[in-house]
Amino acid sequence: MADVTLMKTPAETALVQAFESARTTLPGNGESRAQAFEQFNSRGLPHRRVEEFKYTDLRALMREVAPFAGVPSFDEAKAALANAKALAGVEALQVPFVNGHFVRDAVDFHALPENIEIVPLAEALANGHEWLSRLSPVQWANDNPVYQLNTSFMADGVMIRVAGPVETPIHLRFVTAASSAVATATRVLVVVEAGASVTLLETHESTDGANHQPNDVVEMIAADRTNVQHVRVNAEGDKALALSTLVARIGGEAVFNSINVTAGSATSRHQVFALLDGENTNLRVNGATMLKGSQHGDSTLIVEHGAPHCESRELFKTVIDNEATGVFQGKIIVPHHAQKTDGRMMSAALLLEEGGSMNNKPELEIFADDVQCAHGATCGQLDEDLLFYLMARGLPKKEAESLLVQAFLGEALEFVENETVRESLVGTVEGWLKARS
Amino acid sequence: MLEIKNLVVQIEDKRILNGLNLTVNKGEVAAIMGPNGSGKSTLSYVIAGKEDYEVLDGEILLDGQNLLEMEPDQRAAAGVFLAFQYPLEIPGVASMTFLKATLNAQRKARGQEELTTPDFIKRVNAAATQLEIPKDMLKRALNVGFSGGEKKRMEILQMALLQPGFCILDETDSGLDIDALRIVSEGVNALRSPDRAFLVITHYQRLLNHIVPDTVHVMHAGRIVKTGGKELALELEANGYADYRESEAA
Repeated sequence: MADVTLMKTPAETALVQAFESARTTLPGNGESRAQAFEQFNSRGLPHRRVEEFKYTDLRALMREVAPFAGVPSFDEAKAALANAKALAGVEALQVPFVNGHFVRDAVDFHALPENIEIVPLAEALANGHEWLSRLSPVQWANDNPVYQLNTSFMADGVMIRVAGPVETPIHLRFVTAASSAVATATRVLVVVEAGASVTLLETHESTDGANHQPNDVVEMIAADRTNVQHVRVNAEGDKALALSTLVARIGGEAVFNSINVTAGSATSRHQVFALLDGENTNLRVNGATMLKGSQHGDSTLIVEHGAPHCESRELFKTVIDNEATGVFQGKIIVPHHAQKTDGRMMSAALLLEEGGSMNNKPELEIFADDVQCAHGATCGQLDEDLLFYLMARGLPKKEAESLLVQAFLGEALEFVENETVRESLVGTVEGWLKARS
Repeated sequence: MLEIKNLVVQIEDKRILNGLNLTVNKGEVAAIMGPNGSGKSTLSYVIAGKEDYEVLDGEILLDGQNLLEMEPDQRAAAGVFLAFQYPLEIPGVASMTFLKATLNAQRKARGQEELTTPDFIKRVNAAATQLEIPKDMLKRALNVGFSGGEKKRMEILQMALLQPGFCILDETDSGLDIDALRIVSEGVNALRSPDRAFLVITHYQRLLNHIVPDTVHVMHAGRIVKTGGKELALELEANGYADYRESEAA
């Protein structure tokens, strides 16, 4: 067989060049970066013949690579944060990132709530902080090219340790304010110690009209008996190509709820890699995605039941208007020792017009013999009978449609425990619907 | 109040209503009885404006307005209310949210101010108490997990709140036990007024012991074939619909 020379796309070549010039300036000894980039580069940008990217062809979608953003001044950062609105009304400990860089002057390190420690990542990388060894807690992520790119280019972020119960939510605010396209690679690690509880909010916003390329990773290690409530909002600008990953390794007898709400980006892909690493843990991963125009929204997840007696529930709701495209790929893995696993995964899509499309790929990989696992996927239109019922009560058609869409997405949102946050998410849905009519 | 002239309706090429004529006056409670498949539910859907039906001929006038030219929500604003035979479950829509949205939509359509939340809650509570609807039922998603009787009570609650001019009860008695039948009937009777008309559709005379009609119409094969007073219902209960079937066959 003849030797095959892989042809690199201009974007792949640009990534190689970007990495070559960045590796000397990015903080840290660079070993893990180099390793991650080598892994990425051996395969290049994933394309439609790579199973996990069949419906989100990054090689085709990423024609150019935006330059990585520099560190903004504090004034620039403040102005950017003042304009950021996502979950802004929620009282929380604000941990802001502007153009991919942690705005440390916005955090009062001397007045952090009890049980919280925060370490800026750039600094930690530069001086080899001991917590760095806890990065990348789930192997599935390491094999993923989007995650590998983040590892290669991660410039900043934070590491947070939650040592006990924390009442005030922690709000990670990712804001990209540049007027021309920039790329960012931010990494956040949250370590939740045994018995601790925390609500983690994550919002992602960027300026409209620029082809921003954020690639953000939030990873969590939740020890035994922890309770983590995680809410993520994608409110990125209308041209953004937003890649994101949630990595979670969860101990025993824990409760972990995560929801991702997507309304922004031209293209988005949110990946979840969750490993249940102790018995009797309860995991819920939800998604509520609103797509219109020619938007493309991908939710991809792998949940590995690494221990017996765990329960996982995944509920993904996608509303597709106009010619938008939705993708759901979910996989539950149950190794042979994870007996008594109870896993249920559901993806439901609502297509409001004829031109939209939805790709559903639920998968179960089960090696244990005493488990309960189920998955389901539906695509449909609004129910005509329900519409008639609402209209017969006096609601005009658009209002009736909006109420039904809210109800559809509401099922995924109702697990959000914090009422202010949940109401804010409902507001996001209402805003999306209002813009539609 | 309601005037239906020569109504001809089909669904998927199947003729359901065959030149139906019906007049219901203000303040009147008119009952329509008829065997299965005589077109009773179709009539109620066509008055309310369901899309699936093709109106080939005739007209439906409510206070002189041509209902057939109006969308369902406009008909509701004009005063039409259909209490569904099978009220639909809407997961994710809280009953209170739904009630408020419908009430305010109708008020808006009529050029009235939206209700304030306290005023709205006061009205709901008053109506709910009368219909023996527990408050926690109103906190749940609309009709989700409600029993048959609870769903029907919820329909009457909506009717009480929306105060429509023309109410259609489509087999409201189906699926009700004796107590629920009494509660629902009392709720309906409380709404009887000289300004409001009712069209009560039922198979059985039982409901008409509770909601006593002024007129009884017998429907068969898409037409009103006989009209009489409330005693007609008793007659039907005793003899069944066989007479009308035979007359049709002959």
